[in-house]
Amino acid sequence: MAERELTESAEELLGSLWTAREEKSVPRGVGDGAEAQELADAGLIVRNAHEVALTEAGEAEAAAIVRRERLAERLLADVLNVGDSLATETACRFEHLLRRGIDNQICTLLGHPRVCPHGSSIPPGECCRSGAEDATRVVSPLADMAVGENGVIAYVQSQRREHLHRLLTMGALPGAPIALRQRFPSFVFDLGNGQVAVDEETARDIYVRLNGHTRAGADRPHWLARRLRRARTKRSPRGRT
Amino acid sequence: MTARALQFVRGLVTGQRGCGCTACPFTPALTTRKVALFGSPNVGKSLIFNHLTGSYAVVSNYPGTTVEVMRGKARVGDVLLEVVDCPGSYSLAPSSDDERVAQDLLFDEPPDLVLHVLDAKHLHRMLPLTLQLIETGSRVALDVNVIDEAEHLGLGVDTAVLSKALGIPVVATSAVTGRGLEDLNSLLAGAQTTGSQVSVQYPQPIERAVARIRALLRGGYAVTETGLALLLLQRDQGARSRVMLEDPESMAEIDRIVSETESQYPQPLSMPIAVARQRAADAIARKALTRDATHTRRRSMETLSQLTVSPITGIPILLAMLYLIYLVVGRVGAGVVVDVLDKGLFRQHLNPPITAFVERLLPWPAISSLFVGEYGLITLGMRYAFAIILPLVGAFFLMFAILEDSGYLPRLALLSDRLLKRIGLSGRAVIPIILGLGCDTMATIVTRVLETRRERVIATFLLALAIPCSAQLGVILGLLSRHPLGLLIWAGVVLGVFLLSGFLVSRVLPGEASRFYLEIPPLRLPALRNVLVKTSARLKWYAAEVIPLFLLVSVLIWLGQLTHLFPLIVGALGPFMHLLGLPPEAADAFLFGFLRRDYGAARLFDVSSHGALTGASLVVAMVTITLFIPCLAQFLVMQKERGLKTAVAVAAVILPLALSVGFSLNILLKAWQVHI
Repeated sequence: MAERELTESAEELLGSLWTAREEKSVPRGVGDGAEAQELADAGLIVRNAHEVALTEAGEAEAAAIVRRERLAERLLADVLNVGDSLATETACRFEHLLRRGIDNQICTLLGHPRVCPHGSSIPPGECCRSGAEDATRVVSPLADMAVGENGVIAYVQSQRREHLHRLLTMGALPGAPIALRQRFPSFVFDLGNGQVAVDEETARDIYVRLNGHTRAGADRPHWLARRLRRARTKRSPRGRT
Repeated sequence: MTARALQFVRGLVTGQRGCGCTACPFTPALTTRKVALFGSPNVGKSLIFNHLTGSYAVVSNYPGTTVEVMRGKARVGDVLLEVVDCPGSYSLAPSSDDERVAQDLLFDEPPDLVLHVLDAKHLHRMLPLTLQLIETGSRVALDVNVIDEAEHLGLGVDTAVLSKALGIPVVATSAVTGRGLEDLNSLLAGAQTTGSQVSVQYPQPIERAVARIRALLRGGYAVTETGLALLLLQRDQGARSRVMLEDPESMAEIDRIVSETESQYPQPLSMPIAVARQRAADAIARKALTRDATHTRRRSMETLSQLTVSPITGIPILLAMLYLIYLVVGRVGAGVVVDVLDKGLFRQHLNPPITAFVERLLPWPAISSLFVGEYGLITLGMRYAFAIILPLVGAFFLMFAILEDSGYLPRLALLSDRLLKRIGLSGRAVIPIILGLGCDTMATIVTRVLETRRERVIATFLLALAIPCSAQLGVILGLLSRHPLGLLIWAGVVLGVFLLSGFLVSRVLPGEASRFYLEIPPLRLPALRNVLVKTSARLKWYAAEVIPLFLLVSVLIWLGQLTHLFPLIVGALGPFMHLLGLPPEAADAFLFGFLRRDYGAARLFDVSSHGALTGASLVVAMVTITLFIPCLAQFLVMQKERGLKTAVAVAAVILPLALSVGFSLNILLKAWQVHI
């Protein structure tokens, strides 16, 4: 991390250098402005007459900036339901506010998404690598849900046309209610009025916005759950019937 | 004229009016219509097909039973229907070979009416295909099937509302119980409706792209330009190659429009297109679906379903199922029924008098030996077919039909997905593999339900190598049921070869691992009638296939005996038999195993029941013949489905592999002095 805080416009430039390389385009005339000077002073870029290159420190800083920006987009799209064009604009400003540490919490909250709503990949952070799950999640890949958890499909992420196509035709579309029944040996879930089984790789492509409360003991077989419910009803005279 | 009149009266009595000739004054005005059945897998299209045509297409409770177009004729009122049953497909933009068939049909021989059959429980999810079919400009009618199961869930479908919202005729049916089928008949016989005007609103960029592509399409297509443009936007290869033929000059421009539109979306365009269709479908389904809030679901089947898919209870259930199959096929089929038919009926009561009769009628041994004697058409060919093979295969088909109709197979698929991934397959492959235990030839065709070519090749190879067909299985279970240790060794070796060779082949073959996803249909109690009908239909198919070949084999052996070629070949195989520790009599079992697996199996059964094969050598023979080369029928199907190169390669690997496994097993069993 740079010793001192970068200005917003310098951060923006650093991020755009990173995305330009991702898109394999060559940014022109960026090496002259005050922002470039600021980045060079901070040791994040090196310049010569023709091109601008990221240093090792600049690489890490740029990835962190892009990560924050794309996480912000994801947050706005998945949780706050902000429309697309508005989301991009808001995310640009939002991103500067997300400081390190918070981005990991938001990333966890969103189930460690791998791509932004526009399909560009989100650079993974420490939280994605460590796999620690301490923050409360709002969105989660199906593969990380617990048995009995339910929600609605937030989005389906797969760049492979065939995989996506399959999921779509089976009804795994954004907005469809979904509940996980079993994780092993395959993932089995309720979808609409039916049940579907998928492998772990496929379960990783389905992101679910979790419902606030999950049914306790939903992983128990029905007969057991029913018997327990009955026992509870008997004990309390005003229990549910 | 009188003859014709008589025929007409007879026709009236039998329910067929008209005498079949066009000039006849008695012929009512018959109209012929082509009706195509469309719909997702496992919604009961085949049952509807059977109902309409009175013929029999195999029906089961798992997706992907029908892999080829089935055709049949039906007559409803004064309308002659040509009914075409398409393999199940989720959408018109196909992703596997069997789905492509449905799209091809729409393009190549557009039907007069497309009957979309869907599952009432999944109205929301399946309506998008209706909208898609309407989009292609076809005349569409909707059959809301499996309505009984929806009602069990407390769901109701208002067909009048649905019909109005979609602008097409709608009926509700339950093909299993026969409910609503009369309504379906009158719908099909009724007046032709005009096409629907309902259309889906797509997002602006897509609507614009559709308009631009439409303007570029000049060729004559069987589907509307809008339908075609949407397929092109989803990069459908079938649609593209058709446009390539009709409008080659526009292709570059179309590709440009597609890429341009794609760049506006983060994901392939199938996503926004599917979302828009689903939205339209949801709006319609919401109006038409009624939910009975007071309804309570029956939990018993659900609990059972849960038990079959959970690994702790699921694996014991699986083992119990396998044991049950063993009991029925091995103990009852091979032990009791075959014993009675073969030893009792044929060898004691039929063969001696027939032999005596034929020998008196044809007093020349060279000719009479064609019909009777050691390899006679009647004494051997018919006996093998009717007394050994058909009872065994019948017993297996019966068990398989019960498993199928209960909906257990998809549950088995999800239980075994992880294991099958290790050998380059996915859980889906369970269906062809289990079917292979019935007949490997049939199963090789069904590998079409697998998605990648890699998976299809691996499955084809394993079917040819390590999956015994029901005739073999029955013979093996029958012979080894008296030697439990032998049965265990046989099962262990074959399973080991199956897993190991699958593992190795999956390492060698390029391509990425396939994904697994499968709908799990509800468990159903199989209806006895459907099970029996299905078993007898399969058995009939099998008998028609097997009996001529068995007779042919008998004739070949007879010719071989006459020309002294046969003993020569059998003699040449002797050293191989010796290497395997088998008696020379076993040689012809291997020789005829080339023609039909089941014949080879029957021969071994015969040889061993004469006491020529015992203990360890029996196990070696069983293992070798299980792994041995696929029979001619299977080889031909392999060649047709996978190409000659693959088929030859598979055979070239299997032959030495089977022999060397048999050889090593023989040495090991001798070295360890295993007594079986």
